[in-house]
Amino acid sequence: MDISRLKPLSPISWTLPRAEGEERAPIVLFGSRELLETMDNKVLEQIANVAALPGLVGSAMTMPDAHWGYGFPIGGVAAFDAEAGGIISAGGVGFDISCGIRCLRTDLTLSGLAPLMERLAETLFRTIPAGVGEEGDIRLSPKELDVVLLNGAEWAVREGYGSSEDLQYVEEHGRVSGADPSCVSDLAKKRQRGEMGTLGSGNHYLEVQVVERIHDEDAARAFGLREGQILVSIHCGSRGLGHQVGTDYLVKLAKAAGRLGIRLPDRELACAPILSPEGQQYLGAMNSAINCALANRQILAHLTRKVFGAITPDARLETLFDVSHNTCKLERHRVQGRVRGLYIHRKGATRAFGPGHPALPARYREAGQPVIIGGSMGTGSYILAGNAEERNPAFASASHGAGRAMSRAQALKRWQGRQLVDELRGKGILVRTRSMRGAAEEAPGAYKDVDLVAEATEQAGLARRVAFLRPKACIKG
Amino acid sequence: MHLSADRYFEHDADIGIIGRGGTLERCLESAAEATFAIMADPAAIEPRQQVKVEFEESDPDFALVAWLNGLLGAARERGLALGRFRLQRRGDHWSGLAWGMPWKAGQDRGTEVKGATLTMLSVREREGVWEARCIVDV
Repeated sequence: MDISRLKPLSPISWTLPRAEGEERAPIVLFGSRELLETMDNKVLEQIANVAALPGLVGSAMTMPDAHWGYGFPIGGVAAFDAEAGGIISAGGVGFDISCGIRCLRTDLTLSGLAPLMERLAETLFRTIPAGVGEEGDIRLSPKELDVVLLNGAEWAVREGYGSSEDLQYVEEHGRVSGADPSCVSDLAKKRQRGEMGTLGSGNHYLEVQVVERIHDEDAARAFGLREGQILVSIHCGSRGLGHQVGTDYLVKLAKAAGRLGIRLPDRELACAPILSPEGQQYLGAMNSAINCALANRQILAHLTRKVFGAITPDARLETLFDVSHNTCKLERHRVQGRVRGLYIHRKGATRAFGPGHPALPARYREAGQPVIIGGSMGTGSYILAGNAEERNPAFASASHGAGRAMSRAQALKRWQGRQLVDELRGKGILVRTRSMRGAAEEAPGAYKDVDLVAEATEQAGLARRVAFLRPKACIKG
Repeated sequence: MHLSADRYFEHDADIGIIGRGGTLERCLESAAEATFAIMADPAAIEPRQQVKVEFEESDPDFALVAWLNGLLGAARERGLALGRFRLQRRGDHWSGLAWGMPWKAGQDRGTEVKGATLTMLSVREREGVWEARCIVDV
């Protein structure tokens, strides 16, 4: 990104001054100079387009891991007020609705698990359906799927996938309200037929990790974390159903925007006023897809527990937290001294509620919400804690990952899957994948430096670092 | 495997696909070939099963998106890897066929395409050659 066009607001936040006659809200880009310099200029163009959408409250923002997306940049955050003509955008949520991370905390240590790691990785790979074309064992009738779309992870627990204790540590206790399965197309439901309990491909993964470093002892204690402990992170989303909801409404809202007189600087910003029939239909469908994703991660957590149970029968795997990345949620935020209900779009950004927030489970009420920055399979990930709203200037949002530093095509030119998997093995990281090409696309070097992203996230007040996790085994699609 | 520059273009997180042809229909077929080659090597796909995709669309840009997303939906619904494509147009009515086979255990896989987006979407004819482009979400 050409940062000469930007004006620094602080050492860790920047803005693009408005050109003469330009009508848009302010924009804020969070990140160090080093991170911003690696971002594509398109990030700036895209967030400036978001800032021109109707009903935006405050600034349109990008997180430190931002990269060029479609419509919204990945790592984009924007709040809209329905009563002020605010919009909801399918492009502002993305195709993989409620893609997110379920993090499981175990009572195992690396020293205890290391001799079993090879067997564990192989069994996880054989058990967790991953990769394009792979299907799970669960088959649901259209009526049963509608129940899933209304009840999310709650449905999964009722069906025996996990325990009700899990739900305390999932956003919205595993079930968002406002889902309306009648707004989800038949094709979307058909696409989900074989995909409940599947991981997918691309940047999705299941990773066995070790807590290598604690940054914040108090928060780590609240989160039940200690050095040497084994965690499992499951990164995936709403699978075929969510993809089809995104597909259906992208075109529907793009056409509606024209009819409703909303000028779109980029068609991918396809949107409609929140209170319009089209906006309400999308909300009903999107919330259904969120519930689908929450159920999916609940099932995958259950399958993971079964594998661990077969290999280390006494192991306990508890849900640390489950965060979603691609959502639009109605939340209450204080803006210029007044609490307002706002629709917060987070596309490739994590919700990060601070200490004392009533939505948090009692265990985390003092520390703040666990926030997970998922890094590449060769470097590591971070667990952070949300800050109080006075400190977080981004409507309680934070980074969600390392963020890509280069395209998939560039990565394929630079790395070969088999060679990469062997190299990682030499570093003590076991990778199991059905796609060597996918492994090359996901090479650690294709991502930004996760340490820089986590550091910038902390410096910007978005969340504070609690623990660094090193991957030990990674299952990829 | 490389994403060759004549069929793909750069995007940070996702992939830009390109289709070309002497007619609009052939161009969209070529775009489908580029899209499905992201998921599986077309040379390894036998035309054992057929799927049909039909839609109404007057705008060539939206037709590209409807065609690709229709194929992606049909392929996922039936658990197929697709490799051959035919598309016909009568006015605003489009009728397409695609052939492929169920995914095989052990088959080398690429990356799943979730959907065709409206970003960098363009379908244009220049000097008798049609070119279609868009970003697909992977």
